[in-house]
Amino acid sequence: MSAKRVVTFTVNGDQVEILCEPRQSLLEVLRDDLDLTGTKEGCSNGNCGACTVIMDGRPVVSCLVLAVEAEGAELRTIEGVACGSTLDEVQAAFLEGAALQCGICTPGIIVQTEALLEENPNPTEDDVRFYLAGNLCRCTGYDKIVRAVQAAAEKRQVAASN
Amino acid sequence: MAVYSWPSREATAVIGKEYDRLDGLAKVTGAAKYTYDVNLKNQLVAVALGCPHAHCKITKLDVAAAEKTPGVVAVHIFEHAAVGSEVQWQGELLAVVAAESEAAARAGVDTIKLEFEELDVFTEDENLDAAEKAERTGKGGGKTELEREPGDDDDEDEFIEQEIARLFKASKYVVEGYYGIDAITHCCLEPHGSTVEWKDGKLVAYLSTQNVSGTDEGFARDLKLTSDDVEVKCDYIGGGFGSKFAPDYWAVAAAKISKETGRPVKFLLSRDQELKIAGNRPSGYMRVRLGADENGVLTIWDSHHWGTAGYKGGGVSQTVMPYVIRPKNYRRIATTIKSNTAQSRAWRAPNHPQACAMSQTAIDDVAAKMGANSYDVFAANLRAGNVDSQHPDAANTYLAEMARGAALIDWKANWHAHGKGKSRGSIVDGLGMALHTWGGTANNSDCRLKISPDGGVESFCGSQDLGTGTRTVIAQVLAETFGLGIRDVRVNVGSSKYPASGASGGSTTVGGVSESHRRAGQDALEKIFELAAKELGAAANSLEAVGGKVRVKGTDKAISWKKACTLLGLKPLEVTASYKRGDQSTLSSSGVCGVQMAHVEVDKETGVIKVKKFVAVQDQGLVINPKTCKSQIYGAMIMGIAAALYERRITDPKSGAFVNAELADYKLARLGDVGDLVVDLYEPESERSRGVIGNGEPPAISPKAAIANAVANALGVRVPVIPLTPKRVLDALAKA
Repeated sequence: MSAKRVVTFTVNGDQVEILCEPRQSLLEVLRDDLDLTGTKEGCSNGNCGACTVIMDGRPVVSCLVLAVEAEGAELRTIEGVACGSTLDEVQAAFLEGAALQCGICTPGIIVQTEALLEENPNPTEDDVRFYLAGNLCRCTGYDKIVRAVQAAAEKRQVAASN
Repeated sequence: MAVYSWPSREATAVIGKEYDRLDGLAKVTGAAKYTYDVNLKNQLVAVALGCPHAHCKITKLDVAAAEKTPGVVAVHIFEHAAVGSEVQWQGELLAVVAAESEAAARAGVDTIKLEFEELDVFTEDENLDAAEKAERTGKGGGKTELEREPGDDDDEDEFIEQEIARLFKASKYVVEGYYGIDAITHCCLEPHGSTVEWKDGKLVAYLSTQNVSGTDEGFARDLKLTSDDVEVKCDYIGGGFGSKFAPDYWAVAAAKISKETGRPVKFLLSRDQELKIAGNRPSGYMRVRLGADENGVLTIWDSHHWGTAGYKGGGVSQTVMPYVIRPKNYRRIATTIKSNTAQSRAWRAPNHPQACAMSQTAIDDVAAKMGANSYDVFAANLRAGNVDSQHPDAANTYLAEMARGAALIDWKANWHAHGKGKSRGSIVDGLGMALHTWGGTANNSDCRLKISPDGGVESFCGSQDLGTGTRTVIAQVLAETFGLGIRDVRVNVGSSKYPASGASGGSTTVGGVSESHRRAGQDALEKIFELAAKELGAAANSLEAVGGKVRVKGTDKAISWKKACTLLGLKPLEVTASYKRGDQSTLSSSGVCGVQMAHVEVDKETGVIKVKKFVAVQDQGLVINPKTCKSQIYGAMIMGIAAALYERRITDPKSGAFVNAELADYKLARLGDVGDLVVDLYEPESERSRGVIGNGEPPAISPKAAIANAVANALGVRVPVIPLTPKRVLDALAKA
């Protein structure tokens, strides 16, 4: 077993310093060491998107990122999406649009949507379907997710223009 | 005693209205703690060794090195893995290692020395001849129903053969075909498992379960406890679909290790174990011959289907064939196959999706042979009384739903005869439809209701919320009953310490919890009305609870709900209610129809199918919350698209290995794979007045047949076995 390393990064604005093994995934560290269990594990090989977090502005599947690779990074997880006690537009749109059911894929999809809207504030339906294609949902119905993403984009656009 | 009933559509303030899920806030913020998220202080993490071969005899299982692996605290060998035992499918857990971390447990598992003698393997469930040669078949039952009866002097078997031959001879159209649907797995995104701990000699199990009130008994039986010594908790669950009704031997093992080590144990299956052993749906393949008259009305059906539910045999029940459209003369026979695959579990609407996929495709081929519109052939059969459905007014309901579905998908404008549509390059489009039925009788449900003197309303029920809206529905029922808002009501589910409520399976939950909570609510309200009556100087039976007040009906004379509750004195009012299956009730009912229509595009060069539009029209009696109700249907449609086009368990015929048991290879529908989905709730007064009926199963039944029929309409060629993979499409075109 290799020696443990000290890794420092920020999660949702908080500076974190942890001791981790080089083999540990970022997902494992977030969930098991930092108790940020909102980031889910569905497959551990990058195929379901449930563990998506934003790392230095880009969405990554945290099961395929080693924790040591996050040295110096800025991370945003589902726990950092709401503004204090207020849901952000994407969360509100998913809730109001019934774009979730069992909900275990929801954090990953919301985080991926945050990345999408950051990159493309006014996505077409095709853009949404393409960008979220890596996020697997077993029980909700993707249709509602597309509508929720578009509703959130529109709400954010309106807010920005006011 | 209150007369339990629902208010009329016009009189409701909460029921029938769309509300966001009460559990939604926790889910969109990541605060919801699933079993997988439960980490207890000082817990061990368990990892299991699965059997690499599909059929073998264990000759050696040496865990000595595992026990010495750094970080490993305990190793448990399952009884069914003892030396000399025969293992019947790949993935069966043999031993489990509990350690300080998952990595340490995995390292321990890697040191286990396993030796086995390979035995004969059979997993070719589609190949009936091979199954017979391998002596893996069994009788699955059958039935013959003929309108004419044999005479006194006739030999019955001979009469049956002659009568069936006569019916075929008299048929205007005869179709012979082969249809099938492969086995799929439940593939829950949260795998099966638990985190368990012992407190003062009692077991607390955080279990990913659809059966909070029923699994304590399973633990208790295997651990030689009483149910009172076990508490099962499940606040959130990441998918079950019929596979999570029992603790399973792996959760019992976690409890044993926890007891032995005195530490909590977390044990969830890995992704490949989840697919290999934690639930699958039986396959079904059928050869059929059917005859129809000049209108496509079936006159005779003669089928033989086979498939497997696993190593014990089993398969699709013969009782549901032919599905929904059933002529008065039919013969059906089933053969079961013993396959070296894990035994199946209930999967949304057991038997129905396969029966629908096998038989309604055959019926659609009658329309194809006639050059007729499929819609007209289905309708003609319904009008002729060729219907087998659990809905009490099935034919009329199907016809009404078909008309709505046809309008939504623009059937008339988009229809063309099978294979006769215009091509756009290599792309052709087509329409297909299917019908389904389900029971959905409300499950047993008890609940306790507490009304506090400050007006607070809190309920306790040992049901579970699979994300389908159980909490929200309960809150709506209570809010409606007391004239409150749903945020004024606190709902507690998810613990076996609450009054028992049935498992969430078979579309039985919404009916059950609506029954128990409406009953408790009405009983409590009766007591509050008695107290308020004195205050208001009116008769108790002249009062109503609306808009946060207890009011004399038809007047402005009222007191607030809070004021009325202060009349309780110092102690809260506690009411329990119990609904048992079979109780006379107008609150719930059973038996639904449902129609689905698909519009697809198929690329004849690549074999790729795209669902352009997919419409579901569904009745379910009285709808408590249209938003969550529609969600169930959307979800079922997506699962249906996945099963129609992508999902299948693939095994290697030589080794029996389940070769695609992970998400990279077990293909599910993605966001880009589904088209425009339309859900239409059919709730005329004739349906609403029947009371509440669950809808988890029914919309999951038809998608496969509807999509397969749309593909056949597009191509003019039947792709016989579902899922309709590109290779199968191209093979069918090449063969045509």
